[in-house]
Amino acid sequence: MTDSFVHHHSAHCESGVTAGLLTHYGLPMSEAMAFGIGSGLFFAYFPFIRVNGLPMSTFRCAPGGIFRLVAKRLKIGVERRTFGDSQRGMAALDGLLDRGIVVGAQTGVFWLPYFPPALRFHFNAHNIVIFGREAGGYRISDPIIGEPVVCPAADLERARFARGVFAPRGRLYWLTDVPRAIDLTPAILESIRDVSRVMTRTPVPLIGVAGMRYLASSIERWPARLGARRAALYLGQLIRMQEEIGTGGGGFRFIYAAFLQEAAGVLGDARYLDLSARMTAIGDRWRDVAVAGVRHCKGEMRGDVSYADVAALVRECAGLESALFRDLDATARSPR
Amino acid sequence: MQIRDVPQDEAILGDVTEISYALDDQGRYVMVETAGWEPSNVANQQAWDQVLAGIDAVLADVRAGRRSPLAYHMARCQMNAGLLASYAGRSTWVVRRHLKPGPFRRLRDRDRERYAAIFRIPVDQLGVVPPESPKP
Repeated sequence: MTDSFVHHHSAHCESGVTAGLLTHYGLPMSEAMAFGIGSGLFFAYFPFIRVNGLPMSTFRCAPGGIFRLVAKRLKIGVERRTFGDSQRGMAALDGLLDRGIVVGAQTGVFWLPYFPPALRFHFNAHNIVIFGREAGGYRISDPIIGEPVVCPAADLERARFARGVFAPRGRLYWLTDVPRAIDLTPAILESIRDVSRVMTRTPVPLIGVAGMRYLASSIERWPARLGARRAALYLGQLIRMQEEIGTGGGGFRFIYAAFLQEAAGVLGDARYLDLSARMTAIGDRWRDVAVAGVRHCKGEMRGDVSYADVAALVRECAGLESALFRDLDATARSPR
Repeated sequence: MQIRDVPQDEAILGDVTEISYALDDQGRYVMVETAGWEPSNVANQQAWDQVLAGIDAVLADVRAGRRSPLAYHMARCQMNAGLLASYAGRSTWVVRRHLKPGPFRRLRDRDRERYAAIFRIPVDQLGVVPPESPKP
């Protein structure tokens, strides 16, 4: 039985789990570094995909991407499994824990009893670490909760086999082969080039900087097209995606700035400190979007901040990120 | 964002704190606990108001005999017919039928037990809806 797992309270579940597993197996890594190497930063606006009947925007990559890319870029052997049958899925988990293996798992938060009730929506891409078993249930390190918790077996089973969008199908993942020492440099450079490419050069106008500009022009049309009430709901959804638990603030921009700062140390290249400071300023600008937008959600000061003002802020973020990622790309292509 | 700017606006999370990334006096990034931030609290409350308004509307329908109590439990668990069908292992069409009072009354015991297990309530509670609307 593994009792020695060290719990770290993190901003985001998947980067927290990835950093926790790597650290446990002898490769100490911060959450920000895992987020960066896993190319966690992203933006997309998909008006035709609905979450709670409202258009989806996202500031992070698709679920599972961070762990997959970190393992790939650091050449760490991992195994990932899903299960068709929940009893077999629980038996497989027990088998792994009996062998002393610390396991990552994908769950639906709606069924996790220790989760704050205010956050219990049907969201199925929540990652946790399972590191032991005792009479009352399973010992769980949930990165966004302050302390390790114990979760009854029946609840965990239900959370692992939640239904709906992103249904986890009991997904478990664990490390099988960890190199003694790793060189972070190539992984960092590759991940920065990758994020810069996606953010500035994806030929789909819904993704990256182009997606932000598209979102901005949509926001301008919302009040006329939807009416004040529904437009406010659309804005509220955007703010939740940007600031809701798990982003570290500013739509993950602050975590990424922390990654760039750490990267400057690893690479011994002070240019990344400047880029990190610019990323921080962009995160602050996104916070301004939330501050301006939320006035409409409260239904007050309608004349004070118009939807056009919110759109202008989003457009400003797009311009800043466009310039930043071009510079980041150039910097990563000319290492010192 | 500087450490002193990390918001501590009490959220509907209760005593749960989140992690925020902020700069210390030397300009280094550190992880800081935050109790919540007013704009995201408002957005979160707005989402819950939507859920509760939905439950209210369903309750009114159930009392008026337009929909079955199953519709109330479904709304309470933030499900739609498709998601409930997926949990029940039945087709969406069948679940939609069970949302009507007549077909719900004629439900077989096996189906009642299955629904009660999904909502985690005793079987005899499946046909019961609360007298009051839920409080936010």
